[in-house]
Amino acid sequence: MRVKVLSRNPDDYVRETKLDLQRVPRNYDPVLHPFEVPREYTRALNATKLERVFAKPFLSSLDGHRDGVNCMAKHPKSLSTVLSGACDGEVKIWNLTKRQCIRTLQAHEGFVRGMCARFCGTSFFTVGDDKTVKQWKMESPEYGEEEEPIHTILGKTVYTGIDHHWKEAVFATCGHQVDIWDEQRTSPMCSLTWGFDSISSVKFNPIETYLLGSCASDRNIVLYDIRQSTPLKKVILKMRTNTLCWNPMEAFIFTAANEDYNLYTFDMRFLASPVMVHMDHVSAVLDVDYSPTGKEFVSASFDKSIRIFPVDKGHSREIYHTKRMQHVITVKWTSDNKYILCGSDEMNIRLWKANASEKLGVLAPREKAAMNYNQKLKEKFQYHPQIKRIARHRHLPKSIFCQVKEQRIMKEARRRKEQNRRKHSKPGSVPFVSEKKKHIVAVVK
Amino acid sequence: MMAEEDWLGVEAAVSASEDEGAEEDDERRHQQLLEAVSSLSGQKRRKLAERTEASVQVSEFNVSCKGAGEKLVLSELLQPIKAKSALSRVKKELNRVKQKKAVELPLSKEEAERVVREAAYVRTSKDVGKWQQVVLQNRRAEQLVFPMKQELVAVAPLEQVVSAWKARTPLEQEIFGLLHKTQQPITDPLLTPQEKASLQAMSLEEARQRRAELQKARVLQSYYEAKARREKKIKSKKYHRVLKKSKKRKALKEFELLQKSDPEAALAKLEELEQLRMEERMSLKHQNKGKWARSRAIMAKYDLEARKAMQEQLAKNKELMQKVRVELPEEEPGDMPAEDLVSESVPTVPVDASGANPWMLGKPSSPAKEPEVQEEIQIVTEPAVAESKEEMSEEEMSEEEALLQDFEQKRHMRRQQAASPELRGADKTEVVSELPEDISIDPICTEEQVSVGIEQPPQAQEEVLLLEQQSRMQTMEDIEALASEEHAEEQEIPVATGTEKRVPQQEGGKAEDRQAKKPKAKKKRIISLQAVLGGKSQEIQCPSLPVAVEEEEGGIDQRGVITEAFAGDDVVADFRREKRKAEQAGKPQPVNLVLPGWGEWGGTGLKPSKKKMKRFLLKLPPAPPRKDQHLPHVIMSEQRNIHAAAHQVSELPFPFEKHQQFERSIRTPMGPTWNTQRAFQKLTAPRIVTRAGHIIQPISAENVPSLAAAASSGAKAALELAPKQREQLSRPPHPRKRAR
Repeated sequence: MRVKVLSRNPDDYVRETKLDLQRVPRNYDPVLHPFEVPREYTRALNATKLERVFAKPFLSSLDGHRDGVNCMAKHPKSLSTVLSGACDGEVKIWNLTKRQCIRTLQAHEGFVRGMCARFCGTSFFTVGDDKTVKQWKMESPEYGEEEEPIHTILGKTVYTGIDHHWKEAVFATCGHQVDIWDEQRTSPMCSLTWGFDSISSVKFNPIETYLLGSCASDRNIVLYDIRQSTPLKKVILKMRTNTLCWNPMEAFIFTAANEDYNLYTFDMRFLASPVMVHMDHVSAVLDVDYSPTGKEFVSASFDKSIRIFPVDKGHSREIYHTKRMQHVITVKWTSDNKYILCGSDEMNIRLWKANASEKLGVLAPREKAAMNYNQKLKEKFQYHPQIKRIARHRHLPKSIFCQVKEQRIMKEARRRKEQNRRKHSKPGSVPFVSEKKKHIVAVVK
Repeated sequence: MMAEEDWLGVEAAVSASEDEGAEEDDERRHQQLLEAVSSLSGQKRRKLAERTEASVQVSEFNVSCKGAGEKLVLSELLQPIKAKSALSRVKKELNRVKQKKAVELPLSKEEAERVVREAAYVRTSKDVGKWQQVVLQNRRAEQLVFPMKQELVAVAPLEQVVSAWKARTPLEQEIFGLLHKTQQPITDPLLTPQEKASLQAMSLEEARQRRAELQKARVLQSYYEAKARREKKIKSKKYHRVLKKSKKRKALKEFELLQKSDPEAALAKLEELEQLRMEERMSLKHQNKGKWARSRAIMAKYDLEARKAMQEQLAKNKELMQKVRVELPEEEPGDMPAEDLVSESVPTVPVDASGANPWMLGKPSSPAKEPEVQEEIQIVTEPAVAESKEEMSEEEMSEEEALLQDFEQKRHMRRQQAASPELRGADKTEVVSELPEDISIDPICTEEQVSVGIEQPPQAQEEVLLLEQQSRMQTMEDIEALASEEHAEEQEIPVATGTEKRVPQQEGGKAEDRQAKKPKAKKKRIISLQAVLGGKSQEIQCPSLPVAVEEEEGGIDQRGVITEAFAGDDVVADFRREKRKAEQAGKPQPVNLVLPGWGEWGGTGLKPSKKKMKRFLLKLPPAPPRKDQHLPHVIMSEQRNIHAAAHQVSELPFPFEKHQQFERSIRTPMGPTWNTQRAFQKLTAPRIVTRAGHIIQPISAENVPSLAAAASSGAKAALELAPKQREQLSRPPHPRKRAR
């Protein structure tokens, strides 16, 4: 007599090790899983809420400076090293993993105006109020050795900024004019001037390394080409630009941080109007730095906050602030795209997560999958009002909150006035000027 | 240079003197004459210019300004020195000067710089523009992985590793020895020589084919096994009887064939058959000793039917008892009717035994065949009746097959009923209402339907009918009873055809006792069915073809054409219907809170009491009057839900152009609940992937293949150019050159 028994292949249900997950056979028949959209919507809503719940971006503050932090520089080869210069001429080198200062040196008398690391990471340059450019070794001196710069260049005028070429032993300083230096020489290879003004910042293009951008106090942004030792073009804005930053992934795009609370992203080939105007700050924007992926940038403002903007969006996706953080002078996005560093007036450097609700550390594959899924859900349902509202909600300090409101009222009033003027004048006599064009005064060839 | 200027001065003086008034002309002529005379002498004479008069314009070359307004013509000046070889150098110089154009004023410093800047800008933006494609590509990319330049993990080839490694310990050596002994492949080829040989013996294709064949055979075998087992399990005696008979018939047919092809084998087979017949004879099955036969015997006294049945059985018995003849297969009863049936049920066959196509005639082919058709209906509709017939006499082949099918259907039905007991109740009523229509509309079709069910010709048109039949089968049991009663009544009505008479009589006898049990309620249905049957006989007479012709005969006017063209869509009525539907949908439905079996007995077939129904069926208050109550041409939907609206998107978001696009993007689920693992991973792949602890360098031309070549040449030029440019800039602007 035959006895019937169920027989299954053990491969289908037996785990290889006990650490494996039990395999669950699934039936994907859509009839069995109804209400796809409502269920996904609920998941998206939950994901959005959880994102807000877990949004704790502040990691730590590096304290040790005895005056406001005026400038910072990333180490090009080491993620854990960062350099900072203060208003009292002190330079500190920090270890981010230990969150400790590993070296302090008195670099200048007066402000350290600017600093940059050499592309190989063996040395760094500082400029200060004492009209000197100094090159320092990255390693700390041996025991008993004096803390001394490798080179010191005495200039005639005060240098206000410095940047190093991305591939060659060339650096650029700015002050009364833009000087291009060879590291081996004590006099500049060439000086680039276009009118007389004090230039506040100079930046090399990281991709097309012969390009140079600078911004001066007479409200203009000037581009230079060091191949031909000539300025290229000048764009004059309504207000002064404090600094600019080139996009590390898009050779012709740069963003300028302006005094008029806005940031302007330009395409250097079409300077007549910016590609995008980024508004949200309620005070002058002092510094800007791109994320290494080139998709976002972070800006530091006088309004005691830093904001993160997507490159192609007019408004910020994130604002970071703490009660104790004062005017933020300088900001950097670390080169692994994970953290943001900001140095502020009240002598602290703060370390933030670039993605506020990101979980740090190693993720299990399932965690990663869930994270990706949640991210996609948030993206998919981002236009739904409830989700939009929750995702956008931020708590703001009272000062910023009030100022935002005030700004809004002012903007509305301006709009209304223009509208009225248009209404009561001859048609066509009050032209419509787009927001992008409004802030550009002129482009000088 | 000095000499040249001097000379120029002389000439200028001469020309100036010419410019004097008319009185001076004489003087000048005189002078010229003098000169001419002196020149004749061949001496070079140089004459100093003398200022005769004070002039307003004082030339720096000490020239009087008499002829300042006049133009100098060079050729005029040169005439005197034409022949002089001493002045040829000067002449050449002057010629050169004449040919040269005057140099324009150099640009001012600002302007010059601007030109340089502009040129540089154009060049630089062109250089930078080569990134355009890369940038766009990266912006549009589904996924970007950073850092872009992946460090290549160098994987050393296996051979290298293996060759470097040597077996040292005794264990290792032993293992190596073993491996070599069995010719296990160590390096690249993964197959042993044996495996290779076996692979070569049979190609992959061949092996696959063979495997498929084996698989098929195995499947078939298991299928037949399962079928046999299933059939063996069927308890119905009748089924087995019928099966046996059909088998026998099959055997006979085979035998017939065998007779033609191989007579010797046929003889052996015949003997076998004889044996079988003898066994049948011995079985006493057809004598009047069975249970049924005895009951018939009792009934025979009163019942004509029963008597008849008994007689028939006796006749059968006799037939069996007779010695068999050789022509047994030809005499097989039921052969002819089966053939007839085939010819009739497939009306498309043009060459018919009767010579008439039933479809073309629009009525059943001949009255002689009608009873058989009738019989078929009975077979399908009332298996109980057929059963009795079966016992009485040998049946036709088709009948048996029908029976077999009937069994199958019954079983199928039982299964269906088990699955949906609640369906049955609804169906019953439906069929009763549907049935008259069905049959009265096209009785031929229904007939056809039945025969089709039995014969199953592969015609698409009839397949549709087959489907219809399937739906009807659900209620077969209802009709079964009805039909038997109907036949009982039919018996009372004098039937015209003689052949038909026999069958209903038999059935009547059987159905009579059943009739008593039937509930009164079913009486009505009987009548309806009868009406149907009555109608059917009338309908048969009318031809089906000429109907279309009649329509064409009616006058074709414009209005008619239009109405015909738009016959289908009556918009107004549609709208009204729609509105009515919307109104109905808007009305609050009563809420049923009845719990069957709560407080009373429950179970299948039991309904909760009326009292309970009354109590727990909640009627909701009527809805507020509709907004479109007094607007006959408007339907106003009142379905917008405020609570849901808070979660809905009110405007089409930016990147989308049509609301369908947006809806589609929302509708497709991404989660693992709806997608396979692979699809889920693909759908949720992040836009940007970064690796923790890895520095992301700015993009560079070396990383981008399309730009790599251009970059290498461009970078070289960068610093080479610089010094040259600097030199140019530092050089002072060109000195101004005088034009005159």
